[in-house]
Amino acid sequence: MIIYEHGTSIKDTIKTKNPHQEGIGESALKYDALDKVLGRIRYTDDIKLPHMAIAKLVRSPHAHARIRHINKNSVLSMPGVIDVITGQDMPVKYGVIPWTKDEYPLAFEKARFVGDAVAAIIAEDELSASLAAHKLEIDYEVLPAILTIEDAIAYPEIKVNEHAKIANITKEVDLSFGAVEENLSNAYIKLNEKFSFHNTTHAAIEPHAALADYSPRGVLTVYSSTQVPHYLHRSLAEVLGLPNHMIRVVQPPVGGAFGGKSEPFDLEFVVALGALRSKRPVKLLYTREEVFFAHRGRHPMKMDLTMGVDKEGIITAVKNNIAIDGGAYASFGMITAFYAGQLLTGPVGMKSYSFKATRYYTNKPACGPKRGHGSVQPRFAFEIMCDMMAEKLNLDPILFRLKNAVKEHSTTVNGQRVGSLGLNDVLKKVADESRFYERYKKLPYGHGLGVAVSMYISGTNYPVYPNDMPQSSVCLRIDRSGRVLIFSGTSDIGQGSNTVLCQIAREELGINQQQIHVISGDTDLTPVDLGAYSSRVTLMMGLAAQEALRKARLVFAQAVANFLNSKTESKLSPENLSFAKERIFVTENFNIGVSFQEACVLAESSFGALVFSGDYRTKPRGGDYRGGSIGASPAYSCTAHIADVSVDKTTGILSINKIFVAHDCGRAINPLLVSGQIEGSTYMGAAEVALERFVTDEEAGARKGMLIAPSLLDYRLPTTLDTPSIEAFIIENPDPNGPYGAKEAGEGPLHSAIPAIANAIYDAVGIRLFSLPFTPAKVLKAIKEKEVRDASA
Amino acid sequence: MSVLHRLRINDRLVEALLEPKDTLLELLRYKLDLIGTKQGCDKGDCGACTVLINGEPKLSCLTLAMMVNEQTPVTTIEGLQNSMGVDIVVEAFDRSGALQCGFCQPGMILSAKALLAHNNKPSLREIKEALSGNLCRCTGYTKIYLAVMCAALVIRGETLNLEDAMAVVIKNSLHLERP
Repeated sequence: MIIYEHGTSIKDTIKTKNPHQEGIGESALKYDALDKVLGRIRYTDDIKLPHMAIAKLVRSPHAHARIRHINKNSVLSMPGVIDVITGQDMPVKYGVIPWTKDEYPLAFEKARFVGDAVAAIIAEDELSASLAAHKLEIDYEVLPAILTIEDAIAYPEIKVNEHAKIANITKEVDLSFGAVEENLSNAYIKLNEKFSFHNTTHAAIEPHAALADYSPRGVLTVYSSTQVPHYLHRSLAEVLGLPNHMIRVVQPPVGGAFGGKSEPFDLEFVVALGALRSKRPVKLLYTREEVFFAHRGRHPMKMDLTMGVDKEGIITAVKNNIAIDGGAYASFGMITAFYAGQLLTGPVGMKSYSFKATRYYTNKPACGPKRGHGSVQPRFAFEIMCDMMAEKLNLDPILFRLKNAVKEHSTTVNGQRVGSLGLNDVLKKVADESRFYERYKKLPYGHGLGVAVSMYISGTNYPVYPNDMPQSSVCLRIDRSGRVLIFSGTSDIGQGSNTVLCQIAREELGINQQQIHVISGDTDLTPVDLGAYSSRVTLMMGLAAQEALRKARLVFAQAVANFLNSKTESKLSPENLSFAKERIFVTENFNIGVSFQEACVLAESSFGALVFSGDYRTKPRGGDYRGGSIGASPAYSCTAHIADVSVDKTTGILSINKIFVAHDCGRAINPLLVSGQIEGSTYMGAAEVALERFVTDEEAGARKGMLIAPSLLDYRLPTTLDTPSIEAFIIENPDPNGPYGAKEAGEGPLHSAIPAIANAIYDAVGIRLFSLPFTPAKVLKAIKEKEVRDASA
Repeated sequence: MSVLHRLRINDRLVEALLEPKDTLLELLRYKLDLIGTKQGCDKGDCGACTVLINGEPKLSCLTLAMMVNEQTPVTTIEGLQNSMGVDIVVEAFDRSGALQCGFCQPGMILSAKALLAHNNKPSLREIKEALSGNLCRCTGYTKIYLAVMCAALVIRGETLNLEDAMAVVIKNSLHLERP
């Protein structure tokens, strides 16, 4: 095995091949890449079944309205219409978190935002379904709508969602670690600022799609562009009242997700019930506008952050009050309220810490988990404040962070057990590559550099619903042909989990890529994996796969040892054998051994059918208090960003010239895929700074509650011309808890991109911006205010 | 009212029963099962439905099927593979890791193909301009530039294969901007 040196960039690793035929650390091509680039791979909407009907949703035009009556007869006689489904047909509440089941598959009794689905038409074709959807008569009683956190607090009698026990609150978390107030009053310097983070969405290019089929035997099959086949499986059973074993969920390749497809949606229930009732396959593809309605994007947060340091520049206390705008439903919001506080305590640590996070219901599309769930917003505030504090202390911002670094293999102030954490390495790498010390504070007016760091979980302990079963299992079937079939419940949503499985199999068995086939994301064929979220896949699936493959190794080695002993009167035991280059051989002598395929025959002859399984089980982790396990992870990644920006003082236009990013992913199982994750995360973070915004009309009037920009153009998804140049560096600090030392890479590298840009703006033009997005008007206003301040000073 | 209409798609004559409202995207995807042409927004924002008409990248969702005919050949991603193998631009995207979920790639590859047909030595800026109508949500575009530059090197004959091309592009940071 090659352990890459710290700070090896993709430049060095992309061509590196292992001297042995091993999979780990190699930039292997994606398992399904050729199918994808040739347009041959079948996403959910590409599947077409015989006699298939089409479903279309009817959505509320009101932000908050009682549904008095839906006149199904108004459309049932229209040409092509097969069925009309309403909320009354599925009056069972569901929710991805078992404690906050607060939504119906179709709004029942009440619609809670403009775009809330209230009915569905099943028809022969899309045109008939669309025409009927426009014609369906629905009698609404319009109710006053709550569109802001302020209104949610001011009008507790107007309940957005009846699930709220108190006023319009989904969840309140109030936790304190250490003597925060005392440390703040004794602080050498104390800073307090108010920050706000706006609403943004995932905008995967593949719109959500679902297709259901029903067999006369009674089995319901649902194909869905989901990231969580297992949770969808459970919710379908619960809502439809079918036994779990009569439902099969298949997750075809997903065209991007980023958290936006990590819970069940209206469309899956509608196609399922449509298929059950019509006895025909039924498909539904969201329009782009509907993807915006489904949302579950980044929660807007208002944060009141206080930080205190002592004379040496050690952070003695951090206190954060967070108000979270949740939208109409809870989604993962209970977790969001925890993550907003729990994930801030590293890689820059503090001596005491408290936070209060309150999530409110509002009459808007529900927010949920977008890449960097719950922790991107507080990270934005905290990293800007670190920059401000460093300046007050006359310390350089990198040194300030290193002074306060959480030590590797230690426990944070809120009880999170941290393993490897390469803060020093990631900071050094981006500082060197960007020539930070040469240029910081020395660039001409209008041009600046900014730094920020972050940390993220590699999966969480918390299995969404409490149980003692494995979080991930992998099965193998190996046969006399020499083929290794890997069955995993994981969802390859583009991140490359199927490729990672192949690489682990190659590493463990010394076989080649062509021998390995992966079957994933199918609840009939594969063992359970909880899904592609919380950056859990590589670690949890990886360890499960490793266990299964090591069981196989033992059996193969035994069979080969027995064979060699019978031939040569040697006394070999399994430990004397190695696996490489499609051979199993005596470690000291490559020539004494058999081919992998011969070994398959030997093993099957001795032990029968070759089937193996491996599991990853959650070990108890985290602080010993209520909620202490939420955000507790087996391993934490670490990221540093340095942004190079220009600000035009006459127009207020911000240009992000370049972002340098270094990410400690423990061990890069596939450096090409890891650097792709780092680049993609950084791009997505940068996009949230100045371009993207998910805006609801909050003004009174006919448009109240409507989305202002439910299209990719108006939402302003960055094109090639809007995206800054990104240079990604992989840092490898293997973590004992990860497979081969691997930690996450898919979400962490988003976080600090945003505050790094904010801090670079300060270096460029001397203004501090605390409220996202940084529109030209906002930038310009701050520059003008600074000019006035400077003139009067 | 449906009309029998004749088109040329991927070098083959196709007759299809069309209604005037049918878009080229609907014809390709849902009638001819050429699923490589993707529907991401159906309103001209995302570029996932890009096809080549007369060699020029066009949005098939904004093109009525009846606007193209035998004289205006259409190339979809399926047309970039034949018994001889896979087009070099397709292969470059595969080798460079220029895809994650893969949904935008067919459209992106066709736009790149059109660029390289006109200009086999594009600058980074020219690549960005040529691909600016194709949104990608996964990659941050970096490896897509890498793929186009590698394909260009091979098309120009400056390197023998994509592996060598990749080494040249990465070594000289051609796909990146350095301040």
